[in-house]
Amino acid sequence: MVSLTSARLVRNRKARDRAAPTLERPGVGWAIPGLVFFLVFAVAPMVGVLYLSLTSWDGLNAPQFTGLANWSRFIDDGQIWQSTLVTGVLLVGNIAVQAPISILLGVWSAGHQRNRAVLSAIFFLPLLLSTAATAVMWRQLLDPNFGVPAKLGALFGDSNVLGTQKGAIICLIIVTSWQFVPFHSLLYQGAARAIPNTLYQAAEIDGAGRVRQFIHITLPQLRNTMVTSTTFMVIGGLTAFDIVLLLTNGGPGTDTSILPFSMYQTAFRTYDYGYASAIASFLLLLATGASLALMKISGYDKMTSTLEGL
Amino acid sequence: MRTRPNYVAGLAAFVWLLIIGVPLYALVNTAVQPQTSYTDGGPLSIPSHLTLDNFATVIDSGFLHYIWNTIFVAAFTVAIVLLLGIPISYAVVRGRGWLTRGVFRLFLVGLAIPSQAVIIPLFLIINRLNLYDSLWGIILPTAAFALPVTVLVLSGGMRDIGTELYEAMALDGASPARVLRELVIPMSRPSIATACVFTALQAWNGFLFPLIMTQSEDDKLVTLGLYNFVSQYGANVPALLAAVLMSAAPILVVYLFARRALVAGLMGAGGK
Repeated sequence: MVSLTSARLVRNRKARDRAAPTLERPGVGWAIPGLVFFLVFAVAPMVGVLYLSLTSWDGLNAPQFTGLANWSRFIDDGQIWQSTLVTGVLLVGNIAVQAPISILLGVWSAGHQRNRAVLSAIFFLPLLLSTAATAVMWRQLLDPNFGVPAKLGALFGDSNVLGTQKGAIICLIIVTSWQFVPFHSLLYQGAARAIPNTLYQAAEIDGAGRVRQFIHITLPQLRNTMVTSTTFMVIGGLTAFDIVLLLTNGGPGTDTSILPFSMYQTAFRTYDYGYASAIASFLLLLATGASLALMKISGYDKMTSTLEGL
Repeated sequence: MRTRPNYVAGLAAFVWLLIIGVPLYALVNTAVQPQTSYTDGGPLSIPSHLTLDNFATVIDSGFLHYIWNTIFVAAFTVAIVLLLGIPISYAVVRGRGWLTRGVFRLFLVGLAIPSQAVIIPLFLIINRLNLYDSLWGIILPTAAFALPVTVLVLSGGMRDIGTELYEAMALDGASPARVLRELVIPMSRPSIATACVFTALQAWNGFLFPLIMTQSEDDKLVTLGLYNFVSQYGANVPALLAAVLMSAAPILVVYLFARRALVAGLMGAGGK
């Protein structure tokens, strides 16, 4: 099989060398409308937020340039570092819970057995609810007076599960996972189905059992999907605003006030847009840093396929 | 290949079924019982009698209009994203030179821009364009933030089109526009489907843009309608959960009739 493919490659290359000059390639002009659109609505605001972080602005009068005033306030703001810490804890917690479940569930549902297909169809259902709907639903189910904890008090101890910082963080992780594991396991299911069967057959001949096949074939083959899935989780985790607003409203107190939530409160509740822009810039920095790191670690920007070398 | 049943995995899957199923049961169960029965029994107990009154309450509050708005936003967001994303990806995959490579890298980095982080300047831009409190104020930013994933997915799909097909087009002396229309678009249908599904769900899920960019009742989307319901009907939990259920109805319909397309579409977002 290997020799067949390479023979075709060689033939293709020869053919391409002959035919290439006759086919006109699309110029960069094709990308320009979309590029301009993206620059206006995504890149320009990014520059804008950095500039606004150097101003004092109430949203009514023109922004006043104040240099690094917001940033020195930012450094001294204990609440912000608390927000950063909570954001980090939620992020790590979410990845630690979701990644293993999604991988196992995805690989399991990649099997073509009938019962797996039926169950997978059910496992998909949380994806049909928007994040807002999910959060509203769980908020009611976890209600200290009428929800599940009130009825099954013995199981939960304190029925006000959202009443402590620890409880609220655990609930946020559970609810986020409940909603997004179906999506991530779907990504893994697709990737697991794309793993060439020949790899497993070869392992079988070598006498590798199920667990060893999983560790030595499945996991390495899922590498690219892990990067994609983790990137989604990191960006989603840094921006999990709606779920916090609707489930805990940042509480108890400001205990689950993650960075985007603090930013929202500062900008659209207290109308301190300058300082909110400093928080937003910090968020931007974290998100870009994290995804650049993921890209470098994985070499994703080179778009290598896991099928290379087969 | 041998398929020995995997009992451990089966058991774990059953546990996961409970985790997914019990809250969904509680959701439906609560939505179909009267409020008195809910306050007595809670979300899990089997109700003494069933009712559809909660859904009537939700519909009377204008919820169908929110659903219509959301469908409108999702449809136009998808249209814009495809209209802009397909030519970008085509240029990225088939074009040569550092400019097109740069474009690809820009969108790759763009993937990491959280919409929350730029909401303040975006709010300013939408205001300047006189789009505040209109559905377009939601559609345009949502489309912009869906573009990076779209470009990644589409260019991934277009890369897989075989060289020999391009050569055949070259023999005909086809222009880039014709190649796009007759070869690239038909051949990348699966990734176009993925981009559609992903963008539509993004628009469907959108919360921050509607929250910041609109305020009037007329421009309310489903997600925001739910948010307001919490304060409006806070005490009437069955009605609130009926609204949650109704908010999922349109996608549920899509799921029932086009499950394969929806699942395959989302799966494609993982890339290869």
